[in-house]
Amino acid sequence: MMTFLPEKIGRFFSDIAGIIRFTGLFFRHLFRRPFETREFINQCFRTGYQSLLLISITAIILGLVISLQIRPILADLGAEAWLPNMVFISIVTELGPVIFALLFAGKVGSGIGAELASMRVTDQIDAMEVSATNPFKFLVVTRVSATTFMLPLLVFYGDFLSFIGSFIGLKAYSNISFQLFYSRAFSDFFFSDIFPATIKTLFFGFFIGIISSYTGYYSDKGTEGVGRSANTAVVASSLVIFLIDLIAVQLTELILGI
Amino acid sequence: MDRERILHIENLVKSFDGVTVIRGVSLSLFRGEHLVVLGKSGSGKSVIMKCVVKLMEADSGSIHLFGTDIGSCSEIELAAVRHRTGYLFQEGALYDSMTIRENLLFPSRRNPTLKKLSEKELQDLAEHNLENVGLKEAIDKMPAELSGGMKKRAGLARTLMRSPELIIYDEPTTGLDPFTGEAIIELILKIRETYRTSAIIITHDIKCAELTGDRLLVLSDGTIIGEGPFNELKNHPEERVRLFFR
Repeated sequence: MMTFLPEKIGRFFSDIAGIIRFTGLFFRHLFRRPFETREFINQCFRTGYQSLLLISITAIILGLVISLQIRPILADLGAEAWLPNMVFISIVTELGPVIFALLFAGKVGSGIGAELASMRVTDQIDAMEVSATNPFKFLVVTRVSATTFMLPLLVFYGDFLSFIGSFIGLKAYSNISFQLFYSRAFSDFFFSDIFPATIKTLFFGFFIGIISSYTGYYSDKGTEGVGRSANTAVVASSLVIFLIDLIAVQLTELILGI
Repeated sequence: MDRERILHIENLVKSFDGVTVIRGVSLSLFRGEHLVVLGKSGSGKSVIMKCVVKLMEADSGSIHLFGTDIGSCSEIELAAVRHRTGYLFQEGALYDSMTIRENLLFPSRRNPTLKKLSEKELQDLAEHNLENVGLKEAIDKMPAELSGGMKKRAGLARTLMRSPELIIYDEPTTGLDPFTGEAIIELILKIRETYRTSAIIITHDIKCAELTGDRLLVLSDGTIIGEGPFNELKNHPEERVRLFFR
């Protein structure tokens, strides 16, 4: 049946099957000793540190721009007081997780894809395997765990900076104090707003790690394969981020009714 | 006296995308022996060796390494066999994010025998092995700072950390200038003497084959077309075998 399908479609489905198998392998190795704790901490530092500046700048600009764009519309409606709450909820529940995850995929995902692909091309992964070191555990489990753990933290950090950016944007046009801005931002903010968003970012981080590792770990031979792995890691991760977001929105509505 | 056979391959077949690369290769390696697999680039030499350590799965045929059936063994048995086997990759395959010291220590810390040693003992062993390959001064350098020959030496030192009984050298002199190539050949002979290892040397370098091999296998189009000592094969009745020695 597969032979009748165009090559690209066949490859797409074989990649999907490959990612499912790869995910199974991840969970199989995750709970098996010995744990590569040192490498996990190293990867957390690398993934966090790599994206810190990018997320910081983007987060402040995001808060600032949204605040500046929405303010005149709300002012016309006489609802300027709602601005802090509106901006904050939109950033925490939707914009922050998606935008920061996309940045994370671009920065960290492409890095993981390229690094593992280059290790594959230069036989480093094979060298680990023949020395009876488990390359999957050392290279993949640590990286996927690190992206899953670090992305929610980075999103919290980004949300906070967006909040500051939004305050700066509003402060430029009004005399609002930080205390008032803070109390208005959190006036209609509930745990149910932050919980689905956090769960969502865990999935974003996990799939960025899995997809990037998969494309790098099974990279084609040659330097061309390195570039292709980095590229595929970003494109596929970005697509999956939107898919998860779509599912998360539906589930949140279904479960929490929001 | 019967010699101990440590590797036996029977009728190995391997294909890629419908193209058969290895067509029923059979070979044996005895303890203490240096076997050279000679063949042009792309003749499937490395594929056979990758099947031996199960970096690739053979389509059919059997491989017995140290008495273990590689095709049907468990993960634990495979790990045990791999611990007894060293593999020197073409470019050394050093972990480029680690120093040479870490390159040697990283797999050793995960080796069931070596991890029983203290950190000091492991460090001493790493220094000792680097000294044996003439690379002690490069211990704290990064792989990117080393030349091609130095990378191969470092890769060899990493392999020697676990005192393998068998070392597979994949194109040890390829990509090196004649002087460095000669130095690597000398090193292979020195390691044989010092560590009493058996070896399979995959090469298309005639000089390397002549100086390092007790017995040679000539591989062409995925089949063995000649087998024997260097001088015997040089005067082989078949023209296509003699062609390799011109």
